[in-house]
Amino acid sequence: MNAEPPLVEVKGISKRFPGVRALDDVSLSVGHAEVLALIGENGAGKSTLLKILAGVQPPDDGEMLVAGRPVRFRGVEDALQAGIALIHQELNLADNLDVAGNIFLGREPRRFGLLDLATMGREAAEWLGLVGLDLDPATPLSQLPIGRQQLVEIAKALSTRARLLIMDEPTSSLSARETETLFRVVKELRSRGVSVIWISHRLGEVKELADRVLVLRDGKNAGEISTRAEIEHDRMIRMMVGRDIDRLARRPSHRPGDVVLSARDLRTPAHPGHPISLEVRAGEIIGIAGLVGAGRTELLTTLFGITPAVGGSMAVAGRAVTPRTPIEAISAGLALVPEDRKQQGLVLEMAVRENMSLVALWPESRAGFVDFARERRLAAEMIPALAIKTPGDRQAVQFLSGGNQQKVVLAKWLAMKPKVLLLDEPTRGIDVGAKAEIYDLVHRLAGEGLAVVFVSSEMEEILSLADRALVMHEGRLAGGLSRGDLTEENVMRLAAGGSAERMSA
Amino acid sequence: MSGQATTGNRAEAGWRVLRGLVSPKILGIIGLLAVVCLYTALASDNFLKVGNLENIVHRTALFGILSIGVAFVIITGGIDLSIGSVVCLVGVLLPWLLVQHGWSVPAGVGFVLSLGAGIGLVHGLLVTKLGLQPFVVTLCGLLIYRGVARGLTQDQSQGFGTAYKGLRSLATNRFPIFGEGGFELPATTLIFLVIAVLAAVFLNRTVWGRYLLALGRNEQAARYSGIDTGRMKLLAYVISSTLAALGGMLFVLDINAAQPSDFGNFYELYAIAAAVLGGCSLRGGEGSILGLLVGSALMVVLNNMINLAHPQYQNVEFAIIGGVILAGVIADELVRRAARRRPAA
Repeated sequence: MNAEPPLVEVKGISKRFPGVRALDDVSLSVGHAEVLALIGENGAGKSTLLKILAGVQPPDDGEMLVAGRPVRFRGVEDALQAGIALIHQELNLADNLDVAGNIFLGREPRRFGLLDLATMGREAAEWLGLVGLDLDPATPLSQLPIGRQQLVEIAKALSTRARLLIMDEPTSSLSARETETLFRVVKELRSRGVSVIWISHRLGEVKELADRVLVLRDGKNAGEISTRAEIEHDRMIRMMVGRDIDRLARRPSHRPGDVVLSARDLRTPAHPGHPISLEVRAGEIIGIAGLVGAGRTELLTTLFGITPAVGGSMAVAGRAVTPRTPIEAISAGLALVPEDRKQQGLVLEMAVRENMSLVALWPESRAGFVDFARERRLAAEMIPALAIKTPGDRQAVQFLSGGNQQKVVLAKWLAMKPKVLLLDEPTRGIDVGAKAEIYDLVHRLAGEGLAVVFVSSEMEEILSLADRALVMHEGRLAGGLSRGDLTEENVMRLAAGGSAERMSA
Repeated sequence: MSGQATTGNRAEAGWRVLRGLVSPKILGIIGLLAVVCLYTALASDNFLKVGNLENIVHRTALFGILSIGVAFVIITGGIDLSIGSVVCLVGVLLPWLLVQHGWSVPAGVGFVLSLGAGIGLVHGLLVTKLGLQPFVVTLCGLLIYRGVARGLTQDQSQGFGTAYKGLRSLATNRFPIFGEGGFELPATTLIFLVIAVLAAVFLNRTVWGRYLLALGRNEQAARYSGIDTGRMKLLAYVISSTLAALGGMLFVLDINAAQPSDFGNFYELYAIAAAVLGGCSLRGGEGSILGLLVGSALMVVLNNMINLAHPQYQNVEFAIIGGVILAGVIADELVRRAARRRPAA
């Protein structure tokens, strides 16, 4: 460190949430005119750290210094005063206003109590020029593509005299060209003395932009790369993953049977440019890994007919069927445990047994009449089989815990005896005990010949549950990893857009 | 021991059936109905007269038919504002076709009922296929059908005169179930009871009823579970408009005169109010047929109360009815909040 204190410095920051230690004695410093990349796996503490820096949350312990002076932010306003602005992953703009209106939202220049539109337009144009946007400040925001909206958000931050921009996954929804523009703007800002904390899973862009890299793992500092020349893919991955991979208990695979689900050049509406082909065998458990936004959920919803394929073909148990609706998918033998349990998986106000019978209701009805005895039997069978903790089958599912709710969703699908079970983040928001039970259940079902495809953002889940993993990157299948190659490093490498290292022959 | 268990089960099953029929929510509205009846009976000697009771049962049946229809749409989370205008269109069309244009009775009746079904189909398609808002679609329907009714008839009142006694008996007949001079059951009440039983069975006992309740609570989860939510909603709009057409037919057969400019005015709001009083949530997914019956009866008795006990307040009838409904809904919301605070049973 030189005589001049760094722009922003935090020392020994800790933050606890009920049951979790999100940050544990973390330190970070950003110099003037510097791009610092902050990387780490999902749940490593990146978002907590940036929320503390931006004044969204106060830390439990530790101190923060801005230009060498201790500060204590009571809110976002204080952070903005100190020159720190956060640019969210989802932009915080009002798309019913024009560009100038957005830049000055809440700080509008006024004359005689009315909006001073002339001043607003003139000053907005200056800030837009700084981010390389040459457009009329009176343009409605909704007419701009997402990449330009983001530049407007940056212009807005600069207009508050921000000296440090914190950018959370800024390129996650940008096209390649928009990403390039953003890189140019960030470099230009750096040359004008603005600093940036760049949070990204995409190691390629970290290498391109960052002056230094700070790695977080499990809420702690996991190291730093402080010279540009040393910023390399493999090194960053090793630091993010750590060295304690062997503790994961793997289960024995079942002997796979015939191909039950196959997709050939399947094009999802979300990523039509990347055809996907895959095959899943009976008894096989396939994990789909990748970053948030890589197109994993979209792949499942396309397989299940919710967002029907725009090209390609599918076959289930040898029968050609490319479902256009969930009804077609279900009759072909597919089941989907969706990502959002409460919105997509359950009718919360309905009873446990009514939720369980929802899918099997029609095939098991007599001339359209609900077979209530059968419905009760189904619940009486599923509740002990899945160890669902509920006071009774008439309990509304909204009163069950997350894990038990998820088991009700599973029971609903098992009732139709599917051939292929698709699971989207099957254990999100579920406690450790219920998690283990769901893993056991999935494993047991695979043993009975069910083909399982699950999407997960949790590395441990992919490593311990999957017989084989498919890794997605920006809408395409970046690669497949069989058991022998299924390591955390390989998954991360493929997920970040690199290529896997073959370890087995 | 097994005998004991059986009795226990039987008692429990009986209790369950009772609870299914009379949920606590309906209990409140039944109480309100009883209070209003008691009050009116005390305030006016005419209330308990046989003729008045017959009239109440008769009118409850007519409004109840409309209310069952709109309840299906409300259960899907939608709304049908066109009911009053469908009542009007059918009410003027039927005598117009039969009397002025010499259509046969089966052709006329068949046509107006199909027209109702067709109107519901169009509403349903606009809502499910085009994604228009139910409020907007049926608000336009409200304006269009009344306009058409007035245009076709050049705003002239339509009626059957002294003809078509047989057809009109559908709405005017009374069955002396307690012998001569006693209470006579209106034919409309029988029609209503048949529809109510069919609707209750459909809603509570069939797969489609379950689907409607499920999609009303959470349409996305229903769709993800393989329910054809579009088709079920379409069905609800068809039921609503068809029952509105049936109601319109019975109203005109009963009254024997339909003035296009005001026949059926506000009936959609009576139907919706009765459904809401009877336990339908405008958020969707909730509703019971027994509740609709009680809700419709309350609307009719409130009107009767003002006519008999406070004829001087007839001008403020709407304000009184509105106030009572609002009080009922507020009480219901307070009860629900209290229930939520208690741990789940």
